[in-house]
Formats: sequence, C-alpha cells, structure tokens
Amino acid sequence: MSEELDWVILSGRRAKGKRPEFFDEPALDRLYSTVFALAAEVSALRERQDTIERLLDAKGTLSRSDIESYVPDRAAGDERGLATQAYIARIMRGFQQEVEAMQAHDPPIMDIVEKLSRE
Amino acid sequence: MAKDLPPPYTAMSRHPMMPRTSHDEAARFNFLTHFNRYLSGPIGAGNRLAYEKRVLPAFRAEHGRDPEHRYEIRDAMNRDPWHRMWSALKRNSMEMRQHNGRQVVLRQLDELDAMARQFNEHSGMLELDPAIAQPEYQTAVDIHCQPGGYHSEERPGDVTVGANYDVGLFATTGGALGGLNDGGGQAVVGWVKAERPDWRPRRILDIGCTIGHNAVPIAQAFPDAEVIAIDTAAASLRYGAARAAAMGVTNIRFVQASGEDLSRWADGHFDWVQTTMFLHELSAKAMPRILAEANRVLAPGGLILHIEQPQYSDAMPLFEQFMRDWDAFNNNEPFWSAMHGQDLKAVMAEAGFPRDSQFVAGVRAVVDPAIFPPSPDAAEEDYGRAAIWNAYGAWKPLEQAEAA
Repeated sequence: MSEELDWVILSGRRAKGKRPEFFDEPALDRLYSTVFALAAEVSALRERQDTIERLLDAKGTLSRSDIESYVPDRAAGDERGLATQAYIARIMRGFQQEVEAMQAHDPPIMDIVEKLSRE
Repeated sequence: MAKDLPPPYTAMSRHPMMPRTSHDEAARFNFLTHFNRYLSGPIGAGNRLAYEKRVLPAFRAEHGRDPEHRYEIRDAMNRDPWHRMWSALKRNSMEMRQHNGRQVVLRQLDELDAMARQFNEHSGMLELDPAIAQPEYQTAVDIHCQPGGYHSEERPGDVTVGANYDVGLFATTGGALGGLNDGGGQAVVGWVKAERPDWRPRRILDIGCTIGHNAVPIAQAFPDAEVIAIDTAAASLRYGAARAAAMGVTNIRFVQASGEDLSRWADGHFDWVQTTMFLHELSAKAMPRILAEANRVLAPGGLILHIEQPQYSDAMPLFEQFMRDWDAFNNNEPFWSAMHGQDLKAVMAEAGFPRDSQFVAGVRAVVDPAIFPPSPDAAEEDYGRAAIWNAYGAWKPLEQAEAA
C-alpha cells in the first residue's frame, strides 16, 4: 500500500485535453459515465460470484448462515470501506472530472490539432 | 465455439514488473476487453448504417453533392444521435480503462517504484537525461486520454504512467497484442526474419519506445545485437528498463533522448532504425526532422521501418478515413489526422530515402495462438481496431549505388 499517495483520489485524475461533449444535455454525458462504470462493476461481481460458486463446487465448505452472520473485524471493515470509496470514485468519475475540467480551461482540441499540423 | 472470444486478463504473462491485479481489478479489465471488442465490432457497424441511411442522404439534400473531405463527414456525423452515443460509449471505455489501470498501479506504487529502482540500479540499462525537454506534441494533451500522458510523475522518480500503460493495454486492444503486449514487435521480427533470413544487424535504434514492449522482442530475436530504445519520457523509460531487466533481457538500453536530435550518435551508427505506432504522436515539423535524423544515423544498406495504421489515400473511402480519424478528436491523438493524411513516401523521400528504396508491407500482430485468437480481420470494418498494420520502410542504398 502506498503510504504517501491517496490512490483513490489520484486514480481518477482527468486526462489533459478538452473532453468532447457528445450530447446536447451534459447530464446525459455524466449518466453514460456512471451507467457504464456500473455495468463494469456488475460484470466484475458476476465474475466474483462465479469464482465463489466454482470454489464451493470444488471445496463445498460455505453455508448461507456463515454469510448471514458474518461480522467484519476492524481490519476487514477498513478494507471494505476503502473498497467502497474506490468504487464510488469509479462510478462518479464523470462528475468529479467535470469539476477538474472547470478548473483547467483547456482550449478546444481543434486548436491544438491545427497548431501541431502547422508547427 | 465463439469466434471472437478474447482470453481472460489472467492469461497475460506476469513478468515481475507487471502490477499485480486483484480478482475484481482483473474482472474489470475482462469487462473492458469484451466491451471494446463489442464497440468496434457488432455495434460499431451502426455508424456506417447511420451514415448511409440518413447522414449521407441529408448531406446530399442540403449541399447537392457528396462530401469531399473526411471533415465534412465528421461534422455531419457529429450531429447524428447514433454516432454521438457510440462515441460516448467509446470515450467512456477509454476512461474506464485508465481509471482501473491507475487504481491498480497507484495502490501498489511503493512496491513498483522500489522494484523498478532495484532492477535499474543493478542492470545499468537505464540512462536518463534531465536536460531532455518534453516536446509540445507530447504535452499539449494527455495522449490516449492517459492521465499524465507518458511523461508525468505522481512523485519524483515514479513509474506510474509506464506501469499503467502496460497493465491496461490488454483491455484497450481487446487482448490482440498477446501475453506481453508485444505482438507489434513480434510482427516486426517475423517480417524481418522472413524478408532477410541471414541478416545480422549489430546496432538497432528504436525511437519513441515508451515501455519498450515493441523493442524488447527485437532484442530477444537478435541477442547479438545492441538495441538502443529512446524516448523523451523518463517516467515511461524507468518502467520499460525495469520491465526488460525483469524479463532477463540484457542487450537493450533505455536512453532518454529525442528523435529530433540524435547528435550523440555518429552518421551511419545503426544498422536498423525502428518506430512502432509512433509517427502519429508527433507534429508536422517534428516528423520530418526525426526521419532526417534517422536517415543520418542509419548505415548504408541498413533498414528503416515504421509500423503504422494505413495512410489515407484517394483510394480509401472518405467514410473509412472519417472512422479512422475518431481517435484524433475523441481520444487525444491530435496529430493522427494530419499525419495519416500525408504522403508518407514523399515525406520519407524528402528525409533522404529514395522512392525506389522504399516499400510498404502488411503485418499483423504475432501472438501465441494457443491462448490468443487472431485479432479480428480488417474485413470486419473495425477501422483501425484490429492489430493489423502497414510497415512503411526502406533499405538505405549503399553509398556506391548512390554515387552511381
């Protein structure tokens, strides 16, 4: 684990360069970001579920009550909290980067395209 | 059996420098690998349908003629709801790949940095030069929407951008570059060995190497050669040199230098100068400077080879040019459009490679077929997503021939 860096915040850093606006309604662009990050999470969850099922097939040592009565200890609670933060950062990327963009004032990409094709 | 089923992320070769992924991080890359293939394949076809069924007829009705330039198609398609939705999906998929890659790398950056430092101190294969300036074509935007580009640091001496590039390239390319992301370099090696089976280059220069994923297979294939891999970005070189050392490669050196100024190497020093998917990351003035320098340091009889997507020509339909241009405007590739619009043969000739010494060859990624199915064919109209490229090259004439 990196001691100095807040990897959850830093990982969501925006790429320099003005982002295209794909829709007339900016909320739609944000909604796409969230919906498809969620789609990826559901996919990852399905894969995790599959892992559990395969392990259970092979080992057969999990009961539903084990899962129902499970209480995470301090360390596990911290790990889960961090995982939830990182998860929220992933699905909120569009919103968070729009704030960054408002601070950055990138010129339109076309300005740079033209400039680099000239010089 | 499904025809186009990429392997899982966990099928990648784990060289020691490769950041470790958790179960869910690998699962997110799996989602993106499939998602990217789906976007360029099945639903990418919607772009042509939208163009032919409504965008082109509307353009003809308004202008009384067909579009005459790919930019006219772009302006029209950017008003089309389908193309806007598809572009939004594609852009998001790029951003998600970056976000996931950065989460993987940054949470273990202390270990990665320490390991890279150790490999680089012991191997002596990394040579940095803080005096090398980052050219504007590398810093104007973050290329490929990779936050920090290929040159920025999260802290002094870190390997974040190089490690992030390596850990996520699999998802970006839909798994088409093989277990070490080196399908491009392997393709180059395959082409050279088929073309000149007995050729033994002694000194090889790779310009714009980033993490060396295309230079390392060349070093491995020619163990008696000395490979110099240069880039202006120290952050990528640090990771690349450590990656090569971790893979046990010893005949390569990663040197921080600009292709625009190769003055530290004498005329004719190298037998082979290589660039792989690099020329489109430059600018109109930088590209000819680099090609002229490459010509100068190349020995008579030597090989210059550039792996690129195909250049636009009058023979390429405008709609295909427009689709291939997508990354220029939506994925931070600002020189892509202008570069692919140029007559590369003329640019090469201007740089000193006579036209009759030039050739163009088709190459495709060489990967382990037992694990990685071939990349989708160009016939499937994925417009640059398939790992199929053109090799633009020349065998530099011998001086005697030149004099004659």
